[in-house]
Amino acid sequence: MPSPEQLKERIEVAIPDARVEVTDLTGGGDHFRATVVAPEFATMSRLQQHRRVYAVFGAEIGGAIHALSLETRAE
Amino acid sequence: MSEPTNEIREAIAGAIGEHEVILFMKGTPERPMCGFSARTAAALEALGKPYAAVDVLPDPRIRQELSLLSDWPTIPQLFVKGELVGGCDIVTEMYESGELAQVMGVEAPSEAPAEAPAAAEPGAPPMQIENKLA
Repeated sequence: MPSPEQLKERIEVAIPDARVEVTDLTGGGDHFRATVVAPEFATMSRLQQHRRVYAVFGAEIGGAIHALSLETRAE
Repeated sequence: MSEPTNEIREAIAGAIGEHEVILFMKGTPERPMCGFSARTAAALEALGKPYAAVDVLPDPRIRQELSLLSDWPTIPQLFVKGELVGGCDIVTEMYESGELAQVMGVEAPSEAPAEAPAAAEPGAPPMQIENKLA
């Protein structure tokens, strides 16, 4: 079961200079909310920003990670 | 003879093309089966513009094919004029900022900035992607 700390670390490794906060919404280890602030988002649409974060987890989204609610921005 | 999954994908693509506003969700606007789907449907209801809703739950292939088509891994997914607008987070943000009303070509609710409503009111017509396979 993934922890918020593991999700945070994986996003930070995958997206350079990202500032990341992850909370477990239900305490059940499968519904998370992440706030991701990253310089590279400056040139991306919101749709692309969310795709970028989802891509870090691939097929785990909808699987082990049942839900990942996102807030993304460039600064 | 085409692959069964491609028939589903074609049906999904057809539905997205035919309906100006179409929401793929878990459950129906009247009976959403997931909080994220409920919140997204509620934002649409609040704008008062008719929309089509497709329940992805009856056949897991609907969700699978939809995600391949849209390059978006989660449900709900809102399409306006054939384009993916986003999932629950983006739709909620856009509702609160007034962008959603703009994209849908309706007046924003007057008491802005409003929090997105928590639950859907009944009203939207449910719709099915029919599985015509044997």
